[in-house]
Amino acid sequence: MSDATEAAPVETAARAPGLVARLRDNDIWFSFTRSPITVISAVVTLLLLLSALFAPLIAPHDPFDPATLSIMDSFFPPAWTGEGDPRFLLGTDDQGRDILSTILYGMRISLAVGFASVLFAMVVGVTLGLLAGYLGGVVDSVIMRIADVQLTFPAILIALLIDGVARGVAGPNSYQDIVFGVLVLSIGLSFWVQYARTVRGSVLVEKNKEYVLAARLIGLRPWTIMVKHVLPNVLGPVLVIATINLALAIITEATLSFLGVGVPPTQPSLGTLIRIGNDFLFSGEWWITIFPGITLAILALSVNLLGDWLRDALNPKLR
Amino acid sequence: MNPAETSLVSPGPATDAPLVEVKGLRRVFDLSKPLLNRLIEGGGRVTLTAVDSVDFSIRRGETYALVGESGSGKSTIAKMAVGLLPPSAGSITIEGIDVWGEKSADVQRRMRRRIQMIFQDPFASLNPRWRVGSIVEEPIKAFAMIPDAKDRAARVGELLSLVGLDPRDGSKFPHEFSGGQRQRIAIARALASEPHFIVCDEPTSALDVSVQAQVLNLLRELQERLGLTYLFISHNLAVVRHVATRVGVLYLGRLVEEAPARELFADPKHPYTRMLLDAVPDIEMAGKERLAIAGEIPNPVNPPPGCHFHPRCPFVMPHCKTVVPPVLARGDAGVRCHLFAEG
Repeated sequence: MSDATEAAPVETAARAPGLVARLRDNDIWFSFTRSPITVISAVVTLLLLLSALFAPLIAPHDPFDPATLSIMDSFFPPAWTGEGDPRFLLGTDDQGRDILSTILYGMRISLAVGFASVLFAMVVGVTLGLLAGYLGGVVDSVIMRIADVQLTFPAILIALLIDGVARGVAGPNSYQDIVFGVLVLSIGLSFWVQYARTVRGSVLVEKNKEYVLAARLIGLRPWTIMVKHVLPNVLGPVLVIATINLALAIITEATLSFLGVGVPPTQPSLGTLIRIGNDFLFSGEWWITIFPGITLAILALSVNLLGDWLRDALNPKLR
Repeated sequence: MNPAETSLVSPGPATDAPLVEVKGLRRVFDLSKPLLNRLIEGGGRVTLTAVDSVDFSIRRGETYALVGESGSGKSTIAKMAVGLLPPSAGSITIEGIDVWGEKSADVQRRMRRRIQMIFQDPFASLNPRWRVGSIVEEPIKAFAMIPDAKDRAARVGELLSLVGLDPRDGSKFPHEFSGGQRQRIAIARALASEPHFIVCDEPTSALDVSVQAQVLNLLRELQERLGLTYLFISHNLAVVRHVATRVGVLYLGRLVEEAPARELFADPKHPYTRMLLDAVPDIEMAGKERLAIAGEIPNPVNPPPGCHFHPRCPFVMPHCKTVVPPVLARGDAGVRCHLFAEG
């Protein structure tokens, strides 16, 4: 009995203060509440995320169901202008698709590509950075020289290259099926260097600390030490880069789609929508391109502002 | 009743055979620039002999203290003894097993369990993202000593109370503790694998003076209770006097004097040891004449020939500058100095 009572606190007291209470106690929460811009951008980001996630429930129309589309509905301007139709709040495009609905659905694709490519870049970058920093020597040199070489190419160029190669290999018909994967791969591969460099730098600092020596002393394998001891201590800066990169990845995807190498018009992302609308800009149908453009700008801006705040909040020197 | 209780009994019968034997230990660091730079800029290899032919042995239950200035090779010896840094030459044998020569992975594993280390900086030696309980538990898990999670938690609580902390402290993070408490946690972690031999690398030098004595007393109490053997690294002679049974004095990687602690403090032989002792502030010494420390420790990359100490030695003789003095036995002690050659 006495054993059990002695053992129990170690297990249960771990979560005793409660997650919410601990969060409110935190200085990061404090700095969050003290920055109105951050609160606003967090709310905006959350709203956009939720509306993208629940697009099928929120969107007034399903823009990808040809049965609901009517060519008679095409080129309606926004509802508040004189010739608008109250059914289509932000107007319609050349095929009679509701702009608001296409934006909601488009945002899903933009965000999905953004999140997936950031995750991919993070996994690749963090793994390579850990290996380079912890193992050092030849492994370090090889990985970091590859990173250096890649940094001399603009990210968009690498993305275009991978996209072009994949398109050539897959052929025009099957390319439709793999386009999502190709986008994630090409955007992810152009972003991994930042993670690798940051993680390597932090690992070089952490690996000589005595807690790593203590772990080596009991014969833990290098990989176990890297993942269990070093990794948790280098994740802070990685989180910041990931947030800022999310906005960048969304913009890169939009750029690729705008250039016509991204997702096809049948499953449009925000970038595809802007490109489609671009064709009608000079004939006066401005709403087709402006509204997806504004959405993209707001999304990228609010995510970026969140990332900036996170960078400052996690940097003890700025507090 | 409690399975962990039995494990606290002192390990093995006390014998006179040494637990730790260090023979001809040597470590050379290569400080040369990369090959390409050497070819272009010229200049040959640059090496630093951090530890040079060091021999000593530690008996079971003893505290062997290594003292010396910064750069004398104390920490290098510590790292080689626990198996973190391979020696360039020589051997370290612990309980009859060669730390660096043992081939069998199984034997090596069992030996690792018996060697632990307490580090200098308690703010760097505990992973800041881990709860204290997990930190102390890790060696138990790594050596698969207690399979049941509940028993393991009980053992962690037991270890924490053994070092004078509350068992409930296991759920806290290291940053919630003071330096002395953190060092207690580090000691609890070191004890978790039930070691026989603990290397203490300046365990009190990062602590407040008021806390130093508490930690030292804890170490001594644990030694008596668990029959531990310590290799105690320090530059603080007052601390060494408090804990050591035997002392080795290092100068530029060489052991210049070795003696039982009482003897060394009462009757230091090597001029360097005498200098060190005279530099310790002491009320009893007031008014007596002191042997002032002259000069600074030379650059270890390019040490003086012969006896390394000759440029600072007040009793320097002509052949000190050319001939490396051998270890001369004086009863239970040993001294590396030409002064004692024809004693």
